[in-house]
This record gives sequence, C-alpha cells and structure tokens, in this order.
Amino acid sequence: MTTPLALGVLAGAILSGTSLLYATLGETLVERAGIVNLGLEGVLLIGASTGFAVAAGTGGAWRGLLAAALAGGLANVLFGWLVVTRRANQLASGLAMMFFGFGLSALVGAPYVGSVIVGLPKWRPGWLAALPWVESTTLFNYDLLTWLAIPVALLVWWVLFRTRWGLGVRSVGESPATAYAAGRNPGALQYQALAAGGVLGGLAGAHLSLSLTLTWSEYMTAGRGFIAIALVIFSKWNPLRALAGALLFGGAEALQLQLQARGSEVSPFLLEMSPYLLTLLVLLAWGGARRMAAPAGLGRTFYGSD
Amino acid sequence: MPESLARAGRALLRHALVALAALAMFAVILLLAHKDPIRAYLDTFRFALGSADGLIELVVRMTPLLLTAVAVALPARLGLINVGGEGQLYMGAWLASAGAFLLPDLPARYLLPIVIVLGFLGGALWAAIPGLLRAARLVNETIATLLLNYVAPLIVSYYIFGPWRAKGSSAYPQSPLYPDAAALPPLFGTRIHAGLFIALLALLFYWVLLEKTRWGLEMRAIGGNSEAAQRLGIPVARWIVVALALGGGLAGLAGMGEAMGIHGRLRQGLSPGFGFTGFLISWLAGGRPVGILVMAFLFALLTSAGDTLQITQGLPFAVVNILLAVILFIVLARRPAAGGAR
Amino acid sequence: MADPLIEIRGLTKRYGPVLANDGIDLDLYGGEVHALLGENGAGKSTLSKLLYGFTRPDAGWIHCDGRPVAPRTPAEARALGIGMVFQNFMLIPALSVLENIALFLPDLPAVVRPRDLERRIREVGARFGLQVDPAAPVRQLSVGDRQKVEILKLLLARARVLIFDEPTKVLAPHEVTGLFEVFRALRAEGYAILFITHKLPEVMACADRITVLRQGRVAGGFDSGQADPAALVAMMFGEPLAERPAPEAGARIPGKPILELRGAAAPAAGSETALRDLDLAVAEGEIVGVAGVSGSGQKELGDLILGLRPLGAGSKRFQGEDASRWSIARMRAAGTAFVPEDPLAMAAVPGLSVRENLALGTGRRYHKGPGMDWPALESAMAGSFAAMDFPVPRLDPPIAALSGGNLQRVVLARELAHAPRLIIALYPTRGLDVRSARAVRDLLGRARAAGSGVLLISEDLDELAELSDRLLVLYAGRIAGEFARGAWQAEQVGHLMTGSEAARHA
Repeated sequence: MTTPLALGVLAGAILSGTSLLYATLGETLVERAGIVNLGLEGVLLIGASTGFAVAAGTGGAWRGLLAAALAGGLANVLFGWLVVTRRANQLASGLAMMFFGFGLSALVGAPYVGSVIVGLPKWRPGWLAALPWVESTTLFNYDLLTWLAIPVALLVWWVLFRTRWGLGVRSVGESPATAYAAGRNPGALQYQALAAGGVLGGLAGAHLSLSLTLTWSEYMTAGRGFIAIALVIFSKWNPLRALAGALLFGGAEALQLQLQARGSEVSPFLLEMSPYLLTLLVLLAWGGARRMAAPAGLGRTFYGSD
Repeated sequence: MPESLARAGRALLRHALVALAALAMFAVILLLAHKDPIRAYLDTFRFALGSADGLIELVVRMTPLLLTAVAVALPARLGLINVGGEGQLYMGAWLASAGAFLLPDLPARYLLPIVIVLGFLGGALWAAIPGLLRAARLVNETIATLLLNYVAPLIVSYYIFGPWRAKGSSAYPQSPLYPDAAALPPLFGTRIHAGLFIALLALLFYWVLLEKTRWGLEMRAIGGNSEAAQRLGIPVARWIVVALALGGGLAGLAGMGEAMGIHGRLRQGLSPGFGFTGFLISWLAGGRPVGILVMAFLFALLTSAGDTLQITQGLPFAVVNILLAVILFIVLARRPAAGGAR
Repeated sequence: MADPLIEIRGLTKRYGPVLANDGIDLDLYGGEVHALLGENGAGKSTLSKLLYGFTRPDAGWIHCDGRPVAPRTPAEARALGIGMVFQNFMLIPALSVLENIALFLPDLPAVVRPRDLERRIREVGARFGLQVDPAAPVRQLSVGDRQKVEILKLLLARARVLIFDEPTKVLAPHEVTGLFEVFRALRAEGYAILFITHKLPEVMACADRITVLRQGRVAGGFDSGQADPAALVAMMFGEPLAERPAPEAGARIPGKPILELRGAAAPAAGSETALRDLDLAVAEGEIVGVAGVSGSGQKELGDLILGLRPLGAGSKRFQGEDASRWSIARMRAAGTAFVPEDPLAMAAVPGLSVRENLALGTGRRYHKGPGMDWPALESAMAGSFAAMDFPVPRLDPPIAALSGGNLQRVVLARELAHAPRLIIALYPTRGLDVRSARAVRDLLGRARAAGSGVLLISEDLDELAELSDRLLVLYAGRIAGEFARGAWQAEQVGHLMTGSEAARHA
C-alpha cells in the first residue's frame, strides 16, 4: 500500500468515522443503561435532516448543529417514553423509531433537497499543514465535531467510569434490581442516558449533512445506524475501543472509495460487508464469554430469552 | 355466543380507534407541512380501494409482506426473535437467480419448481446460520440475524456488479432478464403473480404446522416453557435450527417472488424494508394468521397512501413512514409490560 | 450488658393462609453473635425480610436504639444501620469490587475518587480480615471473596447490625473458618451479628446466643454455654408425628435394580451444588427416600438421573443397561417418569391446553402421521385418572387455569399413565394442600405396589418416614447416610442433614 493511498484511507477514515463514532458513543451510553435502540438509524436521519433544514433555512450551520442535537435528544426521549415508562418491547419500538426517522426526516428535509449551504467551518493549524504529504489531503482539516471526537470519547468514558452518575447508569444496565436496592432510580437514569445518547446521535447525523456531504437526501445515512450498533458490540461497550473501531469501520468505507477511484478490481461490497462480518466473528470468538462483556440487563431484550 | 361476539366487537372497536387516532395525528403533521390531509386521505381511498388497479397494487404489495411476517411469526412461537427477514429475502432471490442463470434452457415445468425450491433454500440456509449459533449457545439469534441482514444485499450487489452484470446496464447495474421459464406466471393477466398462491399457502402451512401437527406442539412447548420442554424429552436445539430455517426459507420465497414475479431480474433495492415490516406485522398480529392477513393489508394500504401522497401532494413517499410509526407508537404505548407476539 | 441494638417484640407476618412469623421476640446486642436456628420453612427468611425492609409486619414492633422503626426499603434499613448479607449476593459481577461497594455508599461524591475509596476498603478489610483486591472484577472472585465484598459494602455503608442469611451454604470449609474469624473481629468492635442458619456445628462453634425457630414461632433459646446439640435438634425438628399411617406390614423384598448410580458425579455451575461419589440404587417395588436441607443437591440429583445433566464421572445404569449418555427422551421412553414440585415451572407448559400438556412427554406412543392420535391419548389418560381416583378434568382450558393440586394431578396422570419403571419425585407435595398431598403419597405407594421404583426427594421427614423403604441423607452433594425403614429417628437424620459430626456412623 503506497503512502498516498494509506494517507488517503486514513483521512477518509477519520472523516467518515466521525459520525460513526458519535453514533456509537451515543448508543453505548444507551446500551450501558440496558436499552437497545434499533432505531438509531432513524435518530441519525432526524439529526441530519433537522440540522440541514435549520442551516439552510436560517443560514447558520451552528444553529443547525444545535437543532440537530436537540432533535436527536428528543427523539431518544420519545423512544424512552415507550420503552421505560410504557415498558414496550424494545425491538419493536426501535423499529418504529426507525420508520419514524425515515418519514420525519423526509418531511423535514423535503423543501431543502438540492439546497446549498455553507457547512461547518474547518480549521487546520499551520504547523500540521506543514507536515509532509498532509497538504494535499484532508488530514487535520477538520470541523469542530471531528476535532472534538477524541475528547468526547474520553469524556463519555470518564462519565461512565469515574462519576457517580455513570456508576448508576452501568448498574441499571447490569441489574436494575441491585441498582434499586442501592437507592438509585433506574427509570430516571435510563431517561438521562437516552437523552445524552440522543444528543450524540443527532450530532452524528448532523455531521453527515453539515460537514461531509453538504446536502440532504432521503436515507442518506445508508445504514450507518446499524453499523454503529454493530460497532457498539465490537468495541465491547467501551467508548475508548469505539475510537479504534470507528476508525477501522470508517477505514473500510474509505478504503473502498479509494480503491474504486483507482479502478481497483477488489469489490467494494466485500469491504462494505466487513464491519458486520467482523462483529459476527468477534461475537463467535467470545462464544459464551459474550455474556460477560455485554451489560447484563440487555439480556432480556436484545438477547431474547437466554 | 354473545360473549365472544362482544369480545370480538370490542377488539374491532379498539383497532378502529387506534387507526382513527393515528390518522388524526398524521393529519396534524400534514397540516404542519402545509398539506391537505383530507384530500390526501380521499385520494388514497379512491385509488387504493376504489379502483381495480389500486386493489391489484394492494395485493401485489401484500404478497411479500405475508411471507416475511410468517418468517418472523414461526420462530417467534418458539420464543426466537428473527429480525433477519431482509437478508433472508435477498439470499432467497440470489439462490433462485443462480438457478435461473445456470439452467436457462430448462423448460418451465422443471425450471419453475427448481427456482421456487432454491428461493426457499437460499433463505433457509441463511437463517440456519444464526439458528446453529443460537442452538450452540454461542451467539443470540437477534444479533446474528440482524448482522447478516446487511451482508446479504451486499452479496447480491456483488453479483449484480460482477458476474451477473447485464451488458449495457453500467449506469444502473442489474442482472439480465430471467429466462421466461423462470418467471412466475401472472394471475388473471395482472401484476399479481403466482407468488400470491405461495404466500397464502405459506400462511396456511404455518397455521397447520403449529396448530395441528405434533411437531408444532413440540415447538409451541418450547416457546411456552423451554425448560419443561427439555425435561419432557423434546429436542430443543434441533427445533431451534429448524424453526429459524423454515422462517428464513419463507422470507427467501418472498425474495424469489419479488425477483421472478415483479422485477423479472435481480437488482439492488429489491426490498424496501419488507423484512422489518414483516417483523412489525407479525408483532402487531400477535403471530395469528388472520391478524397477519389484516396487518399485511393495512401496511400495503399505507404504502399505497405513500404513493398517492407523492403524486397528489408532492410529498416524498418516505413521509408515509410517519403514519406507520404513529400507529406503532400508539399500539406500543397502549400495552404496558406486554409485547405483541406470543 | 448495654441495651440491645435491636429489640423485636411480637413480630407477626402472614402470607395468605400461612403464618410465617408468629409473635417473635428477639434481642440483638452489640458485640455478640446471635444465631437463629431452624429448618426450612421455620420462618427465618421472613424475619430477615422484615428487618431489612422488604416487607412490613402485620403485628409487633421493632426498636432500634430504643426508638421504634419501620423500614420500608432496604435503603431505609441501611440508613438505620441494619445491613444484610444475602444468600444471593446483591452484587454486580461485571463491576469491580470497588464499584460494587461505591454503589451502595450513602456519601459517594459526584466524581468518584477511586484511590480514596480503595484506601478505605483496604483499611476496613485489614481490620476485619476481609482482604480483597478492590480492582478485581467481582465475577472473578470466589464465592467466599464475594461474600467478603458484601460485608465490606455494608461496613462502609455504616451498618452496625449485620444479618447473615445462611452465609455458609455456599462456602468451602476453609472459607467457613475465615468467616468465623471475621465474626470474631466484628464482635470485638461492638457490631451485632444475626447469624441465620440450619447448620448445628457452626452454631456451636461461634454463637454467643442461640434462638431456635420452628413453624414461625420461637421454640426456645440458649446462651452458648448451655447449648446441647441433641436438645437443639429436638427443638428444631420436634417430635415425630404421633398420627402417622402405619408403614405397610412386612418388609418388602425389593426386586431387580432399576436405577444404579456408581461413583456418579456432576460439576456445578454458578450457584448449583456439585454432586460427588454418589452410590445409589433404586429397585423394583421400593421407595428410596432422599432427605436433606435445601441446597444439598436435590434438584441436581433429579436432573442427573433424568439425563438433563451429563455425568462428570461414574456410571448410571437403567435396568442393567449403561444409561450414562442417554438423552432425556430415551430415559423417558425406557420408562422414567419425573414428578417435580412447581409443575408449572418444570413439568407443564403454560399457554397450552390440558390436553396438549398430557400429550407432551408421551414419546412416540400416540404419534399418528404428522399429528397425534388424540382419541387414544384421551382414553389412555382417562384410564390413568380413573386408576388414581381422580376425576378427569376438562381438557380444553389452558393448563395455567388449574389450581396447584389439580395441576399436579394432571402431571401425575401423564407420568404414571404407562406404568413407568422409575419415578423421580422431586418435592412432589410441596405447596399442595393436605388432601392433594395425601393423594400424591397414596399414588406413590400404589406405584410401588405395582412394581415401580420410586426415588422420593423430599424435605418433609414425616412423608419420608411414611413412604421410604430406605432413606438416604443428602448433604452438600454427597450421601451422608443410609437407613432402612424403621431404623432411624428424626434426630439422627437431622444431625446428618445439618452436617453435624455427632451422628456420623463409623
């Protein structure tokens, strides 16, 4: 692999991995609280469309970003009302959210299809641009979300593992009964995790429309929500591993694009499959030990009646 | 008996109220988007239910949904969650296509049954993988079927872009047309194809198998209390694999039906979410055959509404998903601590 | 002596028709280990649930430091300084020791400072002999160490009264010794310990004061100096029932062996009990009773014989053939019946009708093409019901609609319909009303008369006395003793059931 190709893949991985990372971090928080949101794809779409619509309508990418974050949070809270308060089936509710996202994003985005916006501004510090090979790539020329990707992942890790709130969330995800016996409020903690996760999901969607493509089209997330769900498993519900995983999975997509641009014979579809196959292989490798990695409370829903 | 009639009447009233509530909420959303909900609803009913073409379209759309719904409902009777209908559908279409392309010169009376069987096999084998993983207690079937969902369309795409690419279709790759012998014959000279028979047969098969045979009894025992079922000597692991394979096979038939009956060739985007919709249909219907028929009809009606919205109101088709979601939200919110599927 | 930390007077709790606690008086003093002794069903766990806020008493009161208290949740009980170490630890296996303890701390800061907490854990650990690695994930800890974490949790949450509910049930012998040293250290610093158990030797080893519960009431109490094992056992189990149907006259000559276990063993997973060195035989026309306190391996034994658990070692023979690897279906087809407690959990499928439940587990007998020969099945089952003098229930309703007694009858009718060679009865009368229980026992007797072999696993000594031709005692997964009919008394068996050395035969 030549250096320009490698750098191209790396650059592409970082770009496409950003939204993947935010989506994964959001879903990690939610699953750590014991809930699976299969409708993440819908939340991403809501974020992407809302962000784009507000940006195109009001001429401000920042406002768009804020709107996307709020919309994502609200969507997850709606989902939370179904699964926490009404105790609805998480899988069915997740799919309902997915369809809701398909439809709402189409409605919100419809007037703005084909609109042109000025996306999120990008910065590249001079000293980084001066490094060899960097000038011609997108490396280090990032918008705020990408620059904050690593800090946000660290923040999510820190919140989950170093704060009282995070301990409560993880306990609810492992054993609501024990959390309750310890005096916590499982429902409230789940709502809070969902809200935070939704905000991250909204940001993930917004990155696609406000930074990566600068357009809106229906279904533009193209399955990223499901890749993120796979990535949560692949990174063992750990935000730090999600960093590496997002780079890896994002890299697969970037590699595919680079190879196509170079007229390579390797089928892009094989690369697109890799996140799912990798996750399945990893699950197989854990075997029964999978139980030890997943939050125990996910067992009832995601894992059926094991 | 008046009691059961009263109960049926109440159930009907409940369903009607749900539908009305959903329509009302959707109307509000349409109003917010500066559209005319009344016209939209009237147009939909007039076309979908009031014209022959509309009714035909309904049946065409119902056909794959019936199959993907049973694909979920059958394993659900054992307590298994199959969210992999999409993938199983694609693999059914793929294997059936392979048969059609490899044996183009066979006459229809041989090729058609072969293609049907391959459609079933494709989905069945694809679902057997998660089945085996679950039976061996390695990976749960919910995740396994979900992950494999996204691998299957990519395999199909690989073939469409590669070995099976039709010449001159580089702009929008698809396979060449299937040999005529492999096409599912249309019914009554309409777009409805023989796949409808297959779908209805599948529904019947599902009901007969689960309710009337001793194998179905064992499967329902596993779904009711798998620990007791084991102690009674029922081979639980074997049935897990079989049930998932059967379900996957039916979804595969849906894929074969769409490819051989509607499109006439293999192309991307074969399924606009039939697998997931099937999951929701089965869940809403509680796995009951009559309920599946009704729900499939309803969902088909919704997609028809989506088309009408697009044509007459200028809304993207996708917006009809909001109505679908609202119906689901209402149903989900109405049942605290209870699921829909048995 | 200072005032008691906890005073309980007249505590009463009723669950439906059952009086679980009936006017209990108890005092817990600081610096003292108070043992609460009693067999299963005596009311010990109800009492601890009342103290820890899981439920409220119907009558009586609890005073803490002289003030009346009524904790409504475990968190409230902990705020009062009462802590409880359960049999099923309230621990989260995936989290570390430190995190588990932190979760229950009342004063945990918003930003957790692991190093401070770690220091506190090590300090308290050293003081009371509860050393554990704070960073270790709990799931990697042995059961004994997990218990230490539970205790640390409560100590750091400022408990002064510690209730231990059957703490030694899951411990290995050397871990038990360790636990008693912890008791000593806690006692020395003024903590009050309530030690709930049914194991005599332990009580003798560490208790300062002993209270015996029987059938929900305080049967008596001793200070440690005055306690005498024989008297304690007598108090726990009471005199044998005066009214008991006379055992069948004449020693029954057992026929050929149906089931033979030689050196059988099965490993344990999680909270199960491992089985070891089992030499056991059941012959035609005999009832072999198995006595034991709960948790001695009864369910595991039943599962082993049925074929649900594989043999880890040793052999299992059925009518002379090596059945060590037989599937459950094969065991049943060869003539094994399984009658468990709680039929809805283990022997019946809710959601299916009575008729369908009768059909399950009849193997190939009524297969007819793809379906079942329902008429033949129904007539055979009707015959089975009639042979038991049970009325035939309606077959259409879902089985979950039946009462406990009727449900057990359906299971029995199904299991006994084809003259099984071996009947595994696992607490068959548990939870049944007197009449239904009587009927079940008669049935087992009749099955024996018809030539079946019965393995009766029960916790009811009267029932075992009435029915068993031979009585085995199961303790900690091993057979602790064997008695012929009439050759044993409750006290002897009680000793073996509780692991006491006193009655071990040479």
